[in-house]
Amino acid sequence: MNQPILSVADLSVSFRTDAGWQKVVRDISFDVAERQTVALVGESGSGKSVTALSIMGLTPLGSSRVEGSVKLNGRDLLALPDRQMRKVRGSEIAIIFQEPMTSLNPVHTIGHQVSEALLSHGGVSRTEARAEALRLLERVRIPAAKSRFDEYPHRFSGGMRQRVMIAIALACRPKLLIADEPTTALDVTIQAQILELIKQLQEEEGMSVLFITHDMGVVAEIADRTIVMLNGEVVEHDETSAIFRSAAHPYTRALLAAVPKLGSMTAFTHPRRFPIVDRTTGVADEPQETPDTVKPDDQPLLDVSGLTTRFEVRSGLLSKVQARVHAVENVSFQLRGGETLALVGESGCGKSTTGRSVLRLTEPLKGSVRLEGKEILQLSPEEMRNQRRHMQMIFQDPFASLNPRMTVGASIAQPLIVNALADRTEAPDRARALLSQVGLQPDMAGRFPHEFSGGQRQRICIARALALEPRLIVADEAVSALDVSVKAQVINLMLELQSQMGLAYLFISHDMAVVERVSHRVAVMYLGEIVEIGPRAAIFGNPQHPYTRRLLDAVPVPDPARRHVQRVVVNEEIRSPIRAPDYVPPIRQYREVTPGHAVVVDA
Amino acid sequence: MTDAAIATRPNNRSYASLTLRRFLKHRMGVLGAVVVVLLCFSALFAQFLAPHDPLLINTSQRFLPLFASWEFPLGTDDLGRDTLSRLLFGGQVSLMVGVVAMLATMVTGTLVGLAAGYYGGVVDNLLMRLVDTLLCFPQVFLLLVIAAFVPPTILSISLIIGLTSWMEVSRIVRAQVSTIKEMDYVQASRGYGASNWRIMLVELMPNILAPVLVAATLKVATAVLMETYISFLGYGVQPPMASWGNMLTNAQGYFDTVPFLAILPGILITLTVMGFNFLGDGLRDAFDARLKMDL
Repeated sequence: MNQPILSVADLSVSFRTDAGWQKVVRDISFDVAERQTVALVGESGSGKSVTALSIMGLTPLGSSRVEGSVKLNGRDLLALPDRQMRKVRGSEIAIIFQEPMTSLNPVHTIGHQVSEALLSHGGVSRTEARAEALRLLERVRIPAAKSRFDEYPHRFSGGMRQRVMIAIALACRPKLLIADEPTTALDVTIQAQILELIKQLQEEEGMSVLFITHDMGVVAEIADRTIVMLNGEVVEHDETSAIFRSAAHPYTRALLAAVPKLGSMTAFTHPRRFPIVDRTTGVADEPQETPDTVKPDDQPLLDVSGLTTRFEVRSGLLSKVQARVHAVENVSFQLRGGETLALVGESGCGKSTTGRSVLRLTEPLKGSVRLEGKEILQLSPEEMRNQRRHMQMIFQDPFASLNPRMTVGASIAQPLIVNALADRTEAPDRARALLSQVGLQPDMAGRFPHEFSGGQRQRICIARALALEPRLIVADEAVSALDVSVKAQVINLMLELQSQMGLAYLFISHDMAVVERVSHRVAVMYLGEIVEIGPRAAIFGNPQHPYTRRLLDAVPVPDPARRHVQRVVVNEEIRSPIRAPDYVPPIRQYREVTPGHAVVVDA
Repeated sequence: MTDAAIATRPNNRSYASLTLRRFLKHRMGVLGAVVVVLLCFSALFAQFLAPHDPLLINTSQRFLPLFASWEFPLGTDDLGRDTLSRLLFGGQVSLMVGVVAMLATMVTGTLVGLAAGYYGGVVDNLLMRLVDTLLCFPQVFLLLVIAAFVPPTILSISLIIGLTSWMEVSRIVRAQVSTIKEMDYVQASRGYGASNWRIMLVELMPNILAPVLVAATLKVATAVLMETYISFLGYGVQPPMASWGNMLTNAQGYFDTVPFLAILPGILITLTVMGFNFLGDGLRDAFDARLKMDL
C-alpha cells in the first residue's frame, strides 16, 4: 500500500478543568489511505469529535493541549504555525458539521458563500469563482442550481443546506474530507440522499473521507475501515466487514447488538426487548417476546377521529392570515389499552402536533378525541386539568424536560401534589419508589437534573409520567436523542412497564427500526395526514403506500455486504404543509388491504 | 460521563452552592457585598451608633470642622447639629427608600412581566404598550409630577420611585418567561394538570430569579440616587428629618466655606451606588452559567 493520506500517531488531547488537565483522547493512532473511507464510531463523550477537531487544529487555544503527531502526506500538522495551518484547512482538509441549520451564514446568498470559499484560497477571479461555484452546486445535485444561486439559506431545507456545505467543502478539491455526524440532524430519506452523494463524490473526486458517526447502520453503508472509540481510547480498529462479522472487543459487540435492525421482527407478533449485552464479556442474552398486553375490550382506550390542527401564519399591518400550516389534517385512529401505536413520518409531517393535540397541549381546530368514551375536546379548562392525569407525555429532549432548579425528587412529586394524590409528607416517598421502579437509586431524589446523564434523565421523565398512573402515555421521540445502548435500555424499560401496568403508548418516532421493535400497530403520516395504518407486520411486510416504501428503503442497513448496492434515491425535498388561506383539503378515501390495514387512495 | 461516575459522585454541588462559589471568586462583587453589608448595618443600628440626637440644634456649636473634637468627630452643620449622627440617620432614610422602592419595582415588574410573557397575545400587547407609553416620559419628570401632589413621607416617596421604575424589570421578566414557557418541563407540568398560577410560581419563577435578583440590586442603587435627587430639589424627605439628599441641599449654600458638609453625604451616596452595582455585577456573573467559570 502506498503512503497514507492522513496518519495519526499517539494523538492525545487534554482540556483544562479545575482539577487540572483532563485527557479526553488517549494515545490514538490510525491511518487513512487514499480514496478510503474510515469511520470513527462511538457514543457521546467518546472523544470522536474532539479527534476530528484536533486534526483540523480547531481545538480552543489555551484551554486545550494536543500531543502526538498528525501527518498529512508526511507533513506534521501539529507542528505547523497557524498561518500555514489556515492554508491547509479548506484546501487540503475540509470539514462538514452536524448542524446544517447553523453552518451557513444567513445574511449571504448560497452562491456568495460557495464563491467565497474559492476566493479565500486565492488564484481565481470573481467571475471564475462564480462559474466554479455554480458547477459545484450542480455537482452536489441541487435541483435548479442556476436559479437558486442567489437565494439565501433560509429558502433551503436542512438536506439542501447540507449539500451546500458539502459544495463549500469540495471547493478547493481537498484530499481529505472530515464529516462530523453530517446526517444525524437529517430525516432518514434525506440521510440516504446525503450518504449516497458523499459516496458518489468520493469516487468522482478521489478523496479520502473520515466519517464520524454514532450510527452503526451508517457505518456499514459507507466505511472501508472502522475505528471504535470508548472513553477517548480506540478499542477496536479493523475492516468494517470484519467488525460486523466478528467483533473482537465486547464493547463493539454490545454496540452492534443494540443497533435496531429492520426486518428482525418478522418472526414475532408482539414487541420484543433489545438484547442486553454484558459490556465486559460481550455476551448477549436472547430477549423474550413480550406477552400479549393488548386488552381485548370492544371499546378502545383512545378514539381519535377527524382530528385537525392548523396554525395560522399572520403578517402585515392588520395581521392578515397569509397562509395556514395544515399540521394535522383529518387524522383518525384508535388505540386499545396496553397497545402501542407508532406514529411515524419525517420532520414536519405533523406527528408531534398530533400527539400534542390529543393531550390538548395544542388546541386542535376540530375533530373528536375520546379517552375511555369521554370526549376530551369538549371539557372545560377545570375538567381538563382533572382529566390530564390519565394521559401523560414524555418529551424528546431529556435536557429540556426537567426543571433545572428543582431536585428530581421534587419534579416527580409535583404531579402527585398538583392532583392532590399525596400530601407533602407522602410525596417524597412515592417519588423514591418511582425512581426505583424506573431502575434508578431511590436516594438520587435529592439531586438536580444536571447531575444525570441523558438516559437517566429520560428515566426520570418516565417516572414523573408514571406518578399519576396514567393509562395512556404519548412518547414524543422519547428515545431519539439517546445513544444506541441507552436507547435500547430505555425502550426495554418502556416495554417492561407496559406489561406490568397495561399502559398504552402513542409512540411518535422517525426511526423505523425502533418502531418495528416496539409497536403493535403503525400509522404512517405524510403532510399532516395518515397515509397508511395497520398492524406492524402488515406495514413492514407489505407496505402499500409509496411513501411508506420510501421510508423503509431509506433506513440504513447494518450489513457491510450490502454496501455497494446502489440504492435508488430520489433527490426530492420534504414538502411542507403550508397552504394558501383558501385551500380546502381534499377528502381522502382509504382502501382496506387486509382487515385493519388501510392505505389512502391517491386521487 | 458514564452513569456509574454520576452515580458515585457526592451530592454536595447543589445549584445554590455552585452559585455561591462562583460569586466568591468575583472580587468586585464580594467588595460590593461588604460595602452594602456595612452600610446596612450602620443604618439599622443608627440609634445605638449615633452619639447625638440628629435633630438637636445647638447654635453655639455651628460649623465645627472635621475631627475638631471627640464630641463631634465629623463636625456640625449650620444649625450646630452633629454631622455623624445626621449621616447615620440619613442613611437609614435613604436605604429604606432604596429597599422599599426596589421591592415595589420588583413586585410590579415581575407580575406585569409574568402575565405578559405567559399569557401572550392581547394581554401581552396591552401591557407592553403600557410599558412603552410609560417609558416615553423621563422618570424624573414623572417623579416630580406625582411628588407635587402626594404629601412626602418615606413610604410615599419609596412607592412613587418604585412605581415609576418597574418598566425595565417587566421587560426583562417577559423576555425570560416567553422563552422558558416553551420548555418541555413547563409543557410537562401543563400535561399533569398544573394550574397557570402554579406553573408561574413553581416552574417559571425559580428560573427567572437570577436576572430579577441582579436587577433588584441595581434598582436599589438607582432608587437611592432618585431619592437624593428629589430631596435635593425639595420634593423629597422634608427637613428637619435627615436624608443624604436633603443634607446635600442644605450644604449647597456653604459649599465654598465648609465643603465637607456636601462631600460627606456625597461620598456615602457614591459608596452605596457603587456597592450595589458591584454586588449586582457579581451576582450576574455568578448566576450566569454560560460564563462557565472553572470550578
